[in-house]
Amino acid sequence: MSVDAIETKSKEYIRPMPANWWMTKKTYVSFIVRELTCIFVGGYALFLLVLAARLEEPEAFAAWLNSPLLIILQIVALPMVLYHSITWINLTPKVMVVWRGEERVSPLVIAGANYVAWAILSIAIFYLVCI
Amino acid sequence: MAASESAQSAATITLEVFRYRPGQDDEPTFQRYDVPYQEDWVVLDALNHVKDHIDGTLTYRWSCRMGVCGSCGMMVNGDPKLTCAAFLRDYYPDAIRIEPLNYFPVIRDLVINMDDFLDKMSEVKTWLIPKEEKPVSEGEYLQTPAELAHYKQFSMCINCMLCYAACPVYGQHPNFIGPAAIALAQRYNLDSRDGAADDRADAIFSHEGIWECTFVGDCTRVCPKKVDPAGAIQQAKVEATKDWFRSVLVPWGNK
Amino acid sequence: MARSNEPIFWSLFSAGGVVAAFFMPITILLTVIAVPAGLISAEGLRQLASHPLTRLYLFVLISLPMFHWAHRFRFVAVDLGCKSISGILPVVCYGTALVVTLLALFHLVT
Repeated sequence: MSVDAIETKSKEYIRPMPANWWMTKKTYVSFIVRELTCIFVGGYALFLLVLAARLEEPEAFAAWLNSPLLIILQIVALPMVLYHSITWINLTPKVMVVWRGEERVSPLVIAGANYVAWAILSIAIFYLVCI
Repeated sequence: MAASESAQSAATITLEVFRYRPGQDDEPTFQRYDVPYQEDWVVLDALNHVKDHIDGTLTYRWSCRMGVCGSCGMMVNGDPKLTCAAFLRDYYPDAIRIEPLNYFPVIRDLVINMDDFLDKMSEVKTWLIPKEEKPVSEGEYLQTPAELAHYKQFSMCINCMLCYAACPVYGQHPNFIGPAAIALAQRYNLDSRDGAADDRADAIFSHEGIWECTFVGDCTRVCPKKVDPAGAIQQAKVEATKDWFRSVLVPWGNK
Repeated sequence: MARSNEPIFWSLFSAGGVVAAFFMPITILLTVIAVPAGLISAEGLRQLASHPLTRLYLFVLISLPMFHWAHRFRFVAVDLGCKSISGILPVVCYGTALVVTLLALFHLVT
């Protein structure tokens, strides 16, 4: 005797994702803050573009750099760009996996090496420009 | 047992539990239950107490009660947890809010529909496809400890779906293949015995695969087995990028 | 499902992220403190401005971070609710980065 099986489905409830989902958890908020640092990264890149356009007149652009508005904008951008650097270097070990036989090189070593490189490069550039 | 001054007072803790009865409720509600508080109890013990002594209609999944089966995942105070691993003492004396895992349809009370996850695992082929098939008579596939180490972390996944409940990308884009499925794909791709990395690539190197991921990282934070799905996805992005450049710069190379 | 072409954008995003992470903070310090505070002499500034390495440095620090912004911004805008423009957002973002790159090329090469 054949019996036709009927599959009945109960009415499932679908919970909508709220528009303010990113405010509901600390980890979501810090994720969004991290992503929004890209605005300051892009903003400073645009500033450098204007600088590049004025390279031909060094005295004029030195004067332009003294503008209080630009200084304030950069003071706001600096901690944001630093936050980008720190979160970026801290995530590097997740992307850059190095194996030595059966063991993975510790993420702390990878991040640490990046921090050291960052420090060396920054000091080198400061030295090259100011001296 | 705690010695208390009044004869009947034993410590209790309140559970605020999501209820949804299809056919009966149009909208979910929350029901409060007062359960005994014991220092060594987990949320699952409290739920079992409700079902056994207070309200037998409460519906939820559980099995091993020791963090290896992946059945008892729920939202506890808004964070995805295995209820067999969430101790009452970490919340006491505040009430504990228990809801079904986020971003999945609710079938009833705390039970979610996990078909999407199962479908995605099939899509990604989360099983071993040996490089060379050989009959049992030819013996085992050999693997060194170093080869094992490469994928071992990703093999610890118990399919509990806490990572999906933590992932806001999955919440907003249900087509996203998701953390566990990609981590499991990597588990097999990195297994020296497996030969199907290229097959899986079509599924995971797609827009709905790794490229939806914006590295929120919450999946890794909530994983009870330290699988690090976020890490698996970023590693897959590197692989996909190498693969893309290879196919663009060396198009005549064999796939 | 087809393999995506995202890798090219992800590569630019990653390169931009690395460049911004390692070089932007010190560069901001230079433009916000060193020049206004006179840590560089006028002559030093003139030499710096005319040096080809300066031009290369500026080009890299303009173009790649713009692509970094473009990639990250197009995703976070959708996360924050701009689903309706999710189609043209990549075009606008990567397009802007491309335009800025071309402008930088124009100013620094000519």
